Amino acid sequence: MKVRQIVNLLKATVITGDEFLDGLDIDRCFVADLMSDVLARSHNFGILITGLANIQAVRTADIADIKAVCLVRGKRPEQAAVALAKEKEIPFFVTKYTMFEACGILYAEGLKPVEE
Amino acid sequence: MAQDLKRRAGDDDRVTRTQEMLYELTVGEVMSDNVVTVHPDQTMSEIRILMRDNRISGAPVVENGKLVGMISIEDLINALLEKRIDVPIREGMTTDVDCLYSDESLVHCIAKFYRLGHTRYPVLNRKGELEGIITKGNIVEGLLRKLEIEYEQTETKVSAARQRPAMRKFFEDVFADEISFTFKYNIVGQTLQHAGTAASELKNALKKLGVCPPLLRRIGVAVYEAEINLASYTQGGEIRATIEKWGVSVEVLDSGPGILDVEQALQPGYSTAPDWVRELGFGAGMGLVNIKKCSDEMDFTSSVPEGTHLTMRFYFTS
Repeated sequence: MKVRQIVNLLKATVITGDEFLDGLDIDRCFVADLMSDVLARSHNFGILITGLANIQAVRTADIADIKAVCLVRGKRPEQAAVALAKEKEIPFFVTKYTMFEACGILYAEGLKPVEE
Repeated sequence: MAQDLKRRAGDDDRVTRTQEMLYELTVGEVMSDNVVTVHPDQTMSEIRILMRDNRISGAPVVENGKLVGMISIEDLINALLEKRIDVPIREGMTTDVDCLYSDESLVHCIAKFYRLGHTRYPVLNRKGELEGIITKGNIVEGLLRKLEIEYEQTETKVSAARQRPAMRKFFEDVFADEISFTFKYNIVGQTLQHAGTAASELKNALKKLGVCPPLLRRIGVAVYEAEINLASYTQGGEIRATIEKWGVSVEVLDSGPGILDVEQALQPGYSTAPDWVRELGFGAGMGLVNIKKCSDEMDFTSSVPEGTHLTMRFYFTS
């Protein structure tokens, strides 16, 4: 699924990285507020959905090769997080949906979990 | 030209890249699709102005979307000689038109140029609709463009190949009893604001040295977790990554306060993280577990109050 589709499905606002949305194909999704849980997955390359609005959410995505980050419940990200996402060319967007709703929508559309 | 190419190929049994391209490229890929067309009811004198303004020497005549003929300078000269300059194009055009199809290969197209001797051919799709026009100039231009693209691609590949084994080549080229180089990062304690910068920088440096992506990710994650630990629990410390012939060794050192029960600290889920660390997304008690999982070897020693010493090793072969 193209990241653009995910943005549309979640009615999300793109904060940075709009130019990469059409080129990135994603089939997996991981959801966590604890970044160590994200880092513990041995495969990633998917999208991260989180309620964590600080720079560590983006830093984790960068280190763990995650392709895009989605923030839930319309949270406002830290400025440093936006700057880092821009620098590392990681698409970063915000949806008004709760984490439960966002996951439900993407699960129904066929996104898969990230294995251990 | 086509015959020449064939003969040369026969001489030394070697097909040049340009000859291969003649088979790969189609008429549609090199034709110009920006065609000036005329209507059969326009007059011959109008075509004179059209040719002058567009700097062309001929144009397809189209009526109701269908090609009905071709008009060229030669037709115009004939009309002038016969003093029929004001008749409609319909009466002065050539109606027996040789065409090319856009999906035909260039090699067929060149053969046709030589066999029939025209300077331009209208290009049709298989439904018979006009798609463009092709001249010898278009063919040469199309070939040059493709050669240029392939040249650029080769250049990129060559420079990529030059970079990839940079590290291996370095170790092969340099002789000493022991070779290694070290990246050192100072980590600030008691704040997570900068945590991850060292891991990110190290990952970047190793990427440039040609370390493969799965290993890069493991090193990145392990160093990131170590960095988070330094930033969360200590007064600061340093991370030293040493590149050796066999792999990467990372040492993480701090100056206290140290861990009382090392065994307990290594249990998944065990955490002494303060609230501010948990609020920032860490402190789940998975850090050391992750480090162990990501590294090929891990040594962990600690004493209170001196501090903690973590060593991780990553092998290039793993």
